[in-house]
Amino acid sequence: MSESLVIIGNGMAAVRLVEELAKSALGRYAIAVIGEEPRLAYNRVLLSSVLAKEVSRAEIELRPAQWWRDRGVTLLYGQTATAIDADIRRVKLASGATLPYTKLVLATGSKPIRLNVPGMALPGVLTFRDLADVVAIEQAAAGHKKAVVIGGGLLGLEAAYGLAKAGADVSVVHLMDRLMERQLDPRAAMMLKRAVEDKGIAVHLGADTTGIIGTDRVEAVSFADGSRIDADLVVVAAGIRPNVELARSADLAIGRGIVVGDHLQTSKAGIYAIGECAEHRGNCYGLVEPAYEQARALASHLAGRDGAYHGSVLATNLKVSGVSLFSAGDFIGAPGTEQIVLSDPGVGSYKKLVIADDRLVGAVLFGDTADGLWYLDLIRSGQSIAAIRDVIMFGRALAERSPVLAA
Amino acid sequence: MNALPQHPPAVRTTCAYCGVGCGILARPDGQGGATIAGDPDHPANYGRLCSKGSALGETLTLETRLLHPMLRQPDGALAQATWDEAIGAVASGFAETIAKHGPDSVAFYLSGQLLTEDYYVANKLMKGFLGSGNVDTNSRLCMASSVTGHRRAFGTDTVPGSYADLDEADLIVLVGSNAAWCHPVLYQRMLANKRARGAKIVVIDPRRTATVEDDDLFLPVAPGMDTALFSGLLVHLADALAFDYDYIEAHTTGLTEALVRAREIAPDLAATARAAGIAEADVARFFDLFRTTQKVVTCYSQGVNQSAQGTDKVNAIINCHLVTGRIGKPGMGPFSLTGQPNAMGGREVGGLANQLAAHMDFSRDNIDRVGRFWRASNMAQREGHKAVQMFEAIARGEIKALWVMATNPAVSLPRAGAVRAALQKLDLLVISDNVASNDSINCGAHVLLPAAGWGEKDGTVTNSERRISRQRPFLPLPGQARSDWWIVSQVAQRMGFADAFTYDSAGDVFREHAALSAFENNGARDFDLGALAALSEEQFNALDPVQWPARAGQPLGESRFFADGGFFTPDRKARLIAPQPPAPRAATSAEFPLTLNTGRIRDQWHTMTRSGLSPRLGAHLPEPFVELHPRDAEAFGLSDGGFAQLTTGYGKCVLKVVLSDGQRPGSLFAPIHWSNATASSARVGELVTPATDPLSGQPEAKATPCAIAPLSFAFRGFALARHKLTLPDGTWWSRVAVGSGSGLLFASNDPPAAWRACAAAMFGADVELAEYVDEPRQSVRVAAFVEGRMVGCLFVGPAEAAPQWDAVKALFESEALGDAQRRAALSGKSTSGLADPGPVVCACFGVGLNTIRAAIESGEATSAETIGVALRAGTNCGSCLPELRKIASAAKVATTA
Repeated sequence: MSESLVIIGNGMAAVRLVEELAKSALGRYAIAVIGEEPRLAYNRVLLSSVLAKEVSRAEIELRPAQWWRDRGVTLLYGQTATAIDADIRRVKLASGATLPYTKLVLATGSKPIRLNVPGMALPGVLTFRDLADVVAIEQAAAGHKKAVVIGGGLLGLEAAYGLAKAGADVSVVHLMDRLMERQLDPRAAMMLKRAVEDKGIAVHLGADTTGIIGTDRVEAVSFADGSRIDADLVVVAAGIRPNVELARSADLAIGRGIVVGDHLQTSKAGIYAIGECAEHRGNCYGLVEPAYEQARALASHLAGRDGAYHGSVLATNLKVSGVSLFSAGDFIGAPGTEQIVLSDPGVGSYKKLVIADDRLVGAVLFGDTADGLWYLDLIRSGQSIAAIRDVIMFGRALAERSPVLAA
Repeated sequence: MNALPQHPPAVRTTCAYCGVGCGILARPDGQGGATIAGDPDHPANYGRLCSKGSALGETLTLETRLLHPMLRQPDGALAQATWDEAIGAVASGFAETIAKHGPDSVAFYLSGQLLTEDYYVANKLMKGFLGSGNVDTNSRLCMASSVTGHRRAFGTDTVPGSYADLDEADLIVLVGSNAAWCHPVLYQRMLANKRARGAKIVVIDPRRTATVEDDDLFLPVAPGMDTALFSGLLVHLADALAFDYDYIEAHTTGLTEALVRAREIAPDLAATARAAGIAEADVARFFDLFRTTQKVVTCYSQGVNQSAQGTDKVNAIINCHLVTGRIGKPGMGPFSLTGQPNAMGGREVGGLANQLAAHMDFSRDNIDRVGRFWRASNMAQREGHKAVQMFEAIARGEIKALWVMATNPAVSLPRAGAVRAALQKLDLLVISDNVASNDSINCGAHVLLPAAGWGEKDGTVTNSERRISRQRPFLPLPGQARSDWWIVSQVAQRMGFADAFTYDSAGDVFREHAALSAFENNGARDFDLGALAALSEEQFNALDPVQWPARAGQPLGESRFFADGGFFTPDRKARLIAPQPPAPRAATSAEFPLTLNTGRIRDQWHTMTRSGLSPRLGAHLPEPFVELHPRDAEAFGLSDGGFAQLTTGYGKCVLKVVLSDGQRPGSLFAPIHWSNATASSARVGELVTPATDPLSGQPEAKATPCAIAPLSFAFRGFALARHKLTLPDGTWWSRVAVGSGSGLLFASNDPPAAWRACAAAMFGADVELAEYVDEPRQSVRVAAFVEGRMVGCLFVGPAEAAPQWDAVKALFESEALGDAQRRAALSGKSTSGLADPGPVVCACFGVGLNTIRAAIESGEATSAETIGVALRAGTNCGSCLPELRKIASAAKVATTA
């Protein structure tokens, strides 16, 4: 008989895990997926596109119901898991039911950080994390013109883009001195700022939010320098925090996230964690790529193979507001590294490669990201790029044609 | 409906370049350009053209042209003037100078680029009406020694043979001639003979040039030692009893003296080989070949002429043909290959300081005869200054007014630095040219007169085989440009000689020129165009290429001279000449241990004012260089591709180093083409000794003692721009024509960071600047774009990894760039053959739109899902799936539609 495998969380990591298991261990597990949101798993990366009305809600569904059925998966969406009893290997649901498991995977994701400032509870202060948020934002934006997005990271910019496309007058306020400082070097961040501004979005850097002002609902956002921006709607996108409450109920080791080893196993046997809720070697990832890598490794492990996860070289590879961005590794360039820079502002392109000891160790690409994955491969493999240094900036096709490589 | 003709008729004209004088069919395109093809009916080339001639269409730009008369203003600037003002300035300037300082204080310096009609009018004005013999020409640098050699041996400047002899010869000896590069169409004719008839080719040259093929006999003669070799040959022919005693007896004098002198110079084979610096066996083979081959043509060019003993070299060669009677017969004869398109026409006119007119010298009778013909008021009574001496007289202040036509003496004369200084001393420097700027104009010319360019000129030229061909206009005169004969006639009229200069057309001038050649001739002079003196305007315009002599009342046709004697000496016998023992004028020394030889390259002409406009020609050898033997390079610490400073007693140049096994050890070779307009420090004329042949006045351009030392630049690079760029002082650079712009190859010690800083200023404010910077590797590349088109770029890198420009040049010359081309523009590599993936759709896997479409077209993928299977697109974050679906369904619609 099949072992029962319960996955808590119905997001992108869960879908990938099921997909991988169906490929490598079909029939070995009877899988149940518990999801809080009352719908089939969807592609969270596309939420801003939904907000921008570039794609419909139906289009972002990851897999149709039939797909789940074909793989024999029990889908329990719209259900909340409230506790885990690891001793007896059961999951308690809000409905009162309990679900036994042989193996349990936590893919509970993360939730937005709410700022510790006055006024956060005012109506009109929203987050941007799931489809429900999108609906709420759409409703709020419909009647209101001025929107302030707090947070100039990936999520905040996506929300701002969606709002602007939906017709709102949008300002992004960001605590740091450049946008997406964790993914971009100053020059790329500057180009991004310009690109965002070109879409009619105001950007305020170094803006330390001190409060949300309003009586019945939000009216403005105030800042440490005494300034304020009027707002009918505030979207807080100041970062995410792993969802660890459930894990805490099972007494799992918790750091920032649920601590896992190289087999994605938590501190208790039979319980695993993947995706944004997990903390591996001290890192909590907020991107889809590491979640997929973890899902792949875990599926391999659960299939009885030697699937281990050794961490992800951080690569951001995405389209924010219609702008292509890629960054990976040491894209700032630590002391002792060398940098090659190509910029062509006329076509909105900027590329920087960071090299140490003839090896590629970091890359940031703005505009032209076609070779991002190749650079990522080179960073991961650590192979010498000495022979192609002169052409590496111009992409794989040119570099691999160059006779030095063929020789 | 009457459609315009698709193809306007082609105009039959003659090439602007060398003395081969190839016929050309020029078909104007109606937009100021023309397509150029060889004229299959012209007997010089039968339709063939060389690289330079073929590229003439690329040189018709008006960009560099002088289009208006210009006068120097009191503030030193040049300002546009009317023809009336300009002619007045020239006429009064010359008149006042003559009035104050006498007729010999003025001079004309002419050019083998002028048409015969231009030459004729200028020569007539100076020698008949201004009263001075100071008319010389850049032909002095080219073939004056041949002229003098001919006159010494034959009594006149007569080329005895025809090109047809090259088809019929069994042995062709090339002396001091890189015909493969400098007379390519004739060279092809020689090769055709070699391939079809097995003719042997012997090349005598200090360096192994492109003219030497593997199966030719190559004799690497020591610089200046040709006379030793041909003296040895004369001795050998005597000793082997190979003389044609009948011919010698009937038609020559001077054998004894000539042979005695030859025996002193080269008594036997071993002595010849030693003196000439050639292996004895090779000399013996040459002697045998010459002795046993009746049909032998000896072609010679600048290697013989440009020498302080050039005239002796010419006569040493002619001696060998006279004593064997091999002259003026099919497949036989000495043959001077002329450099310029109309050097021969200039010689016919007498546009040289030591000739009067129409192959007449300054004898009392001739002065009288020409004076009567011209009804001249003020005939010159004696020879004037030859080129080098003319500029020395300018430097001494004796000549105060100079009119330069169609040449660039500040580049081309020996000791060019001193020439520049001399030009700057003139009270009046008038320059007629078709370019607005060159090194000579930039010596402070007071009056600039815009002359017609090739394609606009109307008149005649004569090639190396005495064949007169029409240059016909196929383009309108641009701006205020005028024919040179018109300009000179206007000045003559203004100076009060209206009656003698009333020409209405080039045909008018030609008829007078032809009439003078026949005037009181009666067979006494070789040069006779009497049959052409009465051509109607229509006949002149339709004139087919015609060889002279064309005596009135005698049938026209191909002709040779001297098969049966009939030389133009008083006794109608040729003179065998005893040459001076050969020795270089200046010996090498510890200070100047090497000998500098100068010359030409295949795809450039003179000082590049025309050929330098062609991108195609610029691609061949784009940088000024010095060639030397690897052994010398080692001794002087030079490396291939590096730089060297050349120093002589007269000047300095910095040239790129090219190593060649074909170069004779101890000897350097540098091409003459570059000027201050085209390179930072490569005016090779500046290095050349002013020593001249005592008889011909031709400079010793191929044997100047020279020192060489390595010079290093840390960085190399190139720049391309739509306009002419100027680089910072201290930069070594070479300007190269590229399609719709100008290119610079450069070397510098300024770090790339400094170049990066000045790049922005180079290309102006209204451009998009793209940059590639690899600071640790000291590599900087910048490109400027306007509306998707590359309008400029600058690449700098370490000298040992110098950026190459071919791929970038192609982008610069093309229209707006595609995405893939622009992305790779600063790689310096070609993107041709690389798939262009198109705009990225799947960012995770870098899959482009073109790649996806190709997969759909091939049937490999039909839906977003199968695209994922085939290309991985959309299988990671999935954010591109909506787009993939749209692409797939659009493709479906397209295929079902």
